[in-house]
Amino acid sequence: MLTKRIIPCLDVTLDEEGGTVVKGIEFVDLRKAGDPVELAKRYNEQGADELVFLDITASHEGRGTMVKVIERTANEVFIPLTVGGGINSIEDIRQILRAGADKVSINTAAVKNPDLIKESSDIFGAQCIVTAIDCRRNLDVENNPNKTILELEDGTPAWYEVVIYGGRQPTGIDAVQWAKKVEELGSGEILLTSMDKDGTYDGFDIPITRKLSEELEIPIIASGGVGNPEHMYEGFTKGKADAALAASIFHFGEYTVNDVKEYLKEKNIPVRL
Amino acid sequence: MKYPNKIPHRYIHVPKPFFNSHMKKIVIIDYGLGNLRSVRKGLEHAGANVIISSDPEEIKSADGVILPGVGAFRDAMKNVESLRSTIDEYVASGKPMLGICLGQQMMLSTSEEGGLTEGLNLVKGQVLRFPHSDLKVPHMGWNSIKITQQHPIFNGINDGSFVYFVHSYYVDTTDKNTLISCEYGTEFAAAIVNDAGNVVGTQFHPEKSGDTGLKILKNFVAMC
Repeated sequence: MLTKRIIPCLDVTLDEEGGTVVKGIEFVDLRKAGDPVELAKRYNEQGADELVFLDITASHEGRGTMVKVIERTANEVFIPLTVGGGINSIEDIRQILRAGADKVSINTAAVKNPDLIKESSDIFGAQCIVTAIDCRRNLDVENNPNKTILELEDGTPAWYEVVIYGGRQPTGIDAVQWAKKVEELGSGEILLTSMDKDGTYDGFDIPITRKLSEELEIPIIASGGVGNPEHMYEGFTKGKADAALAASIFHFGEYTVNDVKEYLKEKNIPVRL
Repeated sequence: MKYPNKIPHRYIHVPKPFFNSHMKKIVIIDYGLGNLRSVRKGLEHAGANVIISSDPEEIKSADGVILPGVGAFRDAMKNVESLRSTIDEYVASGKPMLGICLGQQMMLSTSEEGGLTEGLNLVKGQVLRFPHSDLKVPHMGWNSIKITQQHPIFNGINDGSFVYFVHSYYVDTTDKNTLISCEYGTEFAAAIVNDAGNVVGTQFHPEKSGDTGLKILKNFVAMC
């Protein structure tokens, strides 16, 4: 039986000395707490099903360093690796896949240039093109008759607006319509982050996760808001997600990937243990 | 406690890579794009001397050959067309070959991906698309396998092991040519073998399937 995937996400950046570090890590027992490769190995040992590296330096220098991190990780960790952050062109994608990543995640560049999805999917295959969709709830439904109106937890109607540049810029694009379009263009998977939930430890944004999971044929990775294993459970049951991504709950050492999977297994969610 | 960022060099033991005549030479056929590093590292992990090449002489002189696969069937077949006679000659020699994912699918007679296209015809059968249903396509993630026929490449691999899949098309072949089956809406061949037994294909990615996958790559190197 196909299992639900648990995916730790590592935000990789540069420290003052130009070395790579993972943001928000609080493990005290690692020799070099922020080393992305050491962390990747640790999460692999804990039973992570995939890993996501997010390059948050968004600089030319950062990209070169990131490639080295991907190479070192691929040399030692034999589970799927997705890399995102600042990917703008076919050349960026080629470089990252060649370094040993299995998938790339495209966000702002896809919104600005949807052809990038089609072109890259044709060249490298749909399976390695993940479209990251960041969205935010918009309660103004009256002036937006063409948007997909969903019902929030308390019954309030809202539509979900795609946001770019890390959530700083609204686009006026309907997230449901955009998701259908990226599927058509050849995206193999969607990484969905609700900015209303990201960082809240309050649980996934269920209405939009469920809507996309039901409407699309490609898998949906739910992201943003996980504070405990129960939130993962809700993401898979109420949200119908295929995979769940989380950062903080693993980085703080509060739960291991294995803890989460044991919890899910007890509740009859198929997981790889 | 803070640890120093740099460890004095004398404490680090770095074994020098070495190649000797006992190491098996495995050639990964290079016919385009994608991540070949993981397959390479997985095989090196198993103690092989790995070369990525599209040179017919390198392929023919290999102890083992990997046919990797990423992308679309039609494009991949086009890219591998010039190596077809080399591959046929290699397979006829009886030496082992492993096709991975699309590389496995290319071993079949035909595929319906991108319009009916002929494959390498090393194993009789066809490649079909998963039918439309409630299930997501691509079939992506870790699924459990059922071993239906023993073969050295799966020595020590247990029924119910999890391996990593990502594909929208699946292989339909005879029971005789099936080594492993997997369930995703329909039961499909997750690993296949030719009649002679030297050509094996896996729909899943052993190089992405953790320790289970590394064991399979190790078994392959041992066959070579």
